[in-house]
Amino acid sequence: MTSALPAVEAVLAIPFGAAAALALLADYRLSSRLNVAAAFATLVVAVTLFVLPGFATPYLLIDDLNVVFVVLNAFVAFTTSVFSASYIGHEVASGRLTPRNLRFYHAMCQFLAFAMNLALTANNIGLMWAALEIATLTTVAMVGLYQTRAAIEAAWKYFILGSVGIALALFGTILVFMAARPVMGEGADGMVWTLLMAHARAFDPTLLDLAFVFLMLGYGTKVGLVPLHAWLPDAHAEGPTPISAVLSGLLLNVALYIVLRFKLLIDANGRAIAPGPLLATLGLLSLLFAAFMLYRRRDVKRLFAFSSIEHMGIIVFAFGIGGPLANFAGLFHMAMHSLTKSAIFFTVGHIAQVKGSQRIADIRGLTVSQPWLGWALLAGVFAIAGLPPMGVFTSEFLVVSSTFARSPALALILVFGILVAFGALLMHVQAMAFGDPGAPEPRSRASTAPILAHLSLVLLAGIYPPPPLVAWFEHVAAMLR
Amino acid sequence: MSGLAFDVSHLLAGGLVLISFMLLYQTRLYALLNVYAAQAVALSLAVAWQAYVQDKPHLYATAAIAFLFKAALIPYALHRAIDRLGMRRDVENVVGIGATMLAGLACVALAIVVMLRFENAADALAREDLAFALSVILLGLLMMVVRRNAVSMVIGFMSLENGLILAAAGAKGMPLVVEFAVAFSVVVALVVIWVFLFRLRDRFGAVDVGVLDEFQGSRR
Amino acid sequence: MRDLAFQLLQMTLVIALAPGLTGLIRKLKARLMRKRGAPLLQPYFDLARLARKEAIVADSATSYFRVAPYLIFASTWVAAALVPTFATGLLFSWSADLIAIVAILGLGRFALILAGMDVGTSFGGLGASREAMFATLAEPAMMTIVFCLALLAGSTQLSTIAEFMTTHDVGLRVTLGMALVALVMVAIAENGRIPIDNPATHLELTMVHEAMILEYSGRHLALLELAAMLKLLLYVSIIGCVFAPWGLATDNAGAGARLIGAGVYVGKLVFAGAALATFETSIAKMRVFRAPNFLGAALMLGLLGAMLLFVSRTLK
Repeated sequence: MTSALPAVEAVLAIPFGAAAALALLADYRLSSRLNVAAAFATLVVAVTLFVLPGFATPYLLIDDLNVVFVVLNAFVAFTTSVFSASYIGHEVASGRLTPRNLRFYHAMCQFLAFAMNLALTANNIGLMWAALEIATLTTVAMVGLYQTRAAIEAAWKYFILGSVGIALALFGTILVFMAARPVMGEGADGMVWTLLMAHARAFDPTLLDLAFVFLMLGYGTKVGLVPLHAWLPDAHAEGPTPISAVLSGLLLNVALYIVLRFKLLIDANGRAIAPGPLLATLGLLSLLFAAFMLYRRRDVKRLFAFSSIEHMGIIVFAFGIGGPLANFAGLFHMAMHSLTKSAIFFTVGHIAQVKGSQRIADIRGLTVSQPWLGWALLAGVFAIAGLPPMGVFTSEFLVVSSTFARSPALALILVFGILVAFGALLMHVQAMAFGDPGAPEPRSRASTAPILAHLSLVLLAGIYPPPPLVAWFEHVAAMLR
Repeated sequence: MSGLAFDVSHLLAGGLVLISFMLLYQTRLYALLNVYAAQAVALSLAVAWQAYVQDKPHLYATAAIAFLFKAALIPYALHRAIDRLGMRRDVENVVGIGATMLAGLACVALAIVVMLRFENAADALAREDLAFALSVILLGLLMMVVRRNAVSMVIGFMSLENGLILAAAGAKGMPLVVEFAVAFSVVVALVVIWVFLFRLRDRFGAVDVGVLDEFQGSRR
Repeated sequence: MRDLAFQLLQMTLVIALAPGLTGLIRKLKARLMRKRGAPLLQPYFDLARLARKEAIVADSATSYFRVAPYLIFASTWVAAALVPTFATGLLFSWSADLIAIVAILGLGRFALILAGMDVGTSFGGLGASREAMFATLAEPAMMTIVFCLALLAGSTQLSTIAEFMTTHDVGLRVTLGMALVALVMVAIAENGRIPIDNPATHLELTMVHEAMILEYSGRHLALLELAAMLKLLLYVSIIGCVFAPWGLATDNAGAGARLIGAGVYVGKLVFAGAALATFETSIAKMRVFRAPNFLGAALMLGLLGAMLLFVSRTLK
């Protein structure tokens, strides 16, 4: 069988080329169609990765951990581009965006896809870092797209905090290299992840510990863990909704994926202090903090931003607890959360356009005035809150049961946090979906296809997780400790 | 590395730590920019010395770029931005200067204690270089935390990056990382300057710089 | 016997040279300001004149008032006797180390503060409180400098430190640079030079040292002035013997080496005097409430230098 290398190169080259082309196109309608087309092409190529065998070169690799995320990335990018195509028409009509902005926006969309794919497929820890940094800078530019005072403030906060995180992550990367240098020697070999994994047993454990702390702080900022989360709600609320979807659904996952790569390295070393307790603490803290913050939110996008923090907390907690079941649950949850949260943001984006406001108090009676959107929102919130038979329920259940086996007290706290979040989300969505719709407004002509696609995938995964997916995740879960 | 070469690199790194301290207690914006330029000069010298000691000619180019951008262009651009925006010329701290200094000393002590725990004697030199670099990074973080003014926060961040570049230069054999770090630093600085000089002026005019003086909490 | 002779020679040497140093600094400052200035030996004439005059004592002064000048002069002279000027390892120097020198100077300062407050005038109290404030910061700074040097040399004895500095083990350390700057700052503060205090001022609001000795006259004032000059010489000698230790005769050297050491010492004094004069002429005096910042910086430098030593230690 041919190697997957050409496919990976295509997955990188298509978005990059599309970004270059989109930078030149002036007509925003054409740009949005090209955006969709490029995303679709990337998706088609990415799906072939499912069947082609894994490989590793000094710069790129495909293995069981990233193959799912690459395809997921391509899929969500595609559905986001479809959503974006139907979203921007309204934005241009209302004057929030100009055609010139949109040229920048579309080019940046594809550039972001390129950067994220590069971060996912990189085999070189320096390349991972650089790719995530490029992705961060791209999203910063896009969060500030509306150029209102709040948007620039949000972009500024995101920029500063994200850059601090990136700088700390670079320091952590340097420390990993220093830990490996006596064994790997100087030169580029010391940065290749697969080679590092092969020799990890011989690295200096204390230096690796310190390196992981910095990597956790640095990349953890990008994941949105408390107390480094301060940028997340603002960035989600003030940027265009497609960007919120991409941030929550994709970028958080990419950052967490890089943390996982390094966790695999630490676990392969064996003598370093297990990072489990640190991860579990941060995860639980994020979960509880976000769960309580959900109650007082008045802006709908901010509400779901905190929900993202909460779920990232659950995932990180799962990896902290460790063990094959919890690790599998964490990986599964990453995929499910990505699909569900982006579906919710698609829905919320159209709702906010139709109602003309992002404030929860202004959104009422959706099931009456906008039935498609109202029921989609309800379904999405049920999914994200962890109700069966959605996929999120499966992963949350697995996390809780494996935590209960290790430490019943922690399991209780976990369940408590999940229930608190559930209550808050239910309270808000009940107010939004039911209740008096107020003045009638025109039906939204939004495309609900992306939302339906995501939610049905989540439902499917909840009922019948595809066996290859399960196999890949189980394999990775065994490598993580 | 001979004893003298080691001493000189320590001298430059220690000078960088000292200048980071000086950044902490500056109260006037122009003086802050000048001290930052001095830190960038010290950094360029340190990188150039590493280029000489490790026999890596491409690091000379990196040192020159760092000097050009960080010691010349960026302070000049920030100076222009402060002039144009009419910002307040003095800087307030969240806590007093005495407490800030003590916190700074605690950071340096922490960095030294952390780095010296590693017993691997083969890398003793690298360990000490990293201790200095970590001190500069922590001092930059401290500065970002205790300052109210946006420009001084940015300077704090850029001094953090200087520490990072020092660490990268000290890590012998890591390919291209110094260049990465310098490129990252330059990009960040350019973005910051772009925001200050263009976006604010276009969107808000020269009068309203309150947007960068305070951050609203996410209370909505 | 020979050792005792050399020790006594050292003590007379410092007494003899102290007014000369002050005279040199005043002359150079005047010259730098394009004035002719008083003659180089003017301080000697001033001291002689003051010694001949009658000492007036205020009605409200206690008996301590008469004792204080002798106490202050004695403590300063003893401290100066312990610092290696032209040779290390003098007879008395083994009885007290650098920490003891700082303590003896502290005793002198305490006596001066009390003397300032003795008569009960407001200027005396003003000067005394300012001096105490500076001391609160200057002494810890001095101690951190002592720690730096002691950690490096392995001893707090000045002779040992000076000899250690002449060997090549020292290397070019950033800690030494910091200790030097910190020591210079502390010396400036302790001796009341610009930018902390103006030694030539007669404006009461800016006085520190002058305010404390305002009530003294005659031979008391002569002793106090000589003590101040001696203190300046002392600090210059410490800086010289630690950071520029070349030319110091070692313990067993003959008279010729000691003569050379004395010559080099005079040269160091001239150089230091010129440097101080230039420095004082080129900057302005700080406002009093800024002086703690100045001294705080010296303290931080000392602490930082001591901490950085731990980073460098593992190699040497």
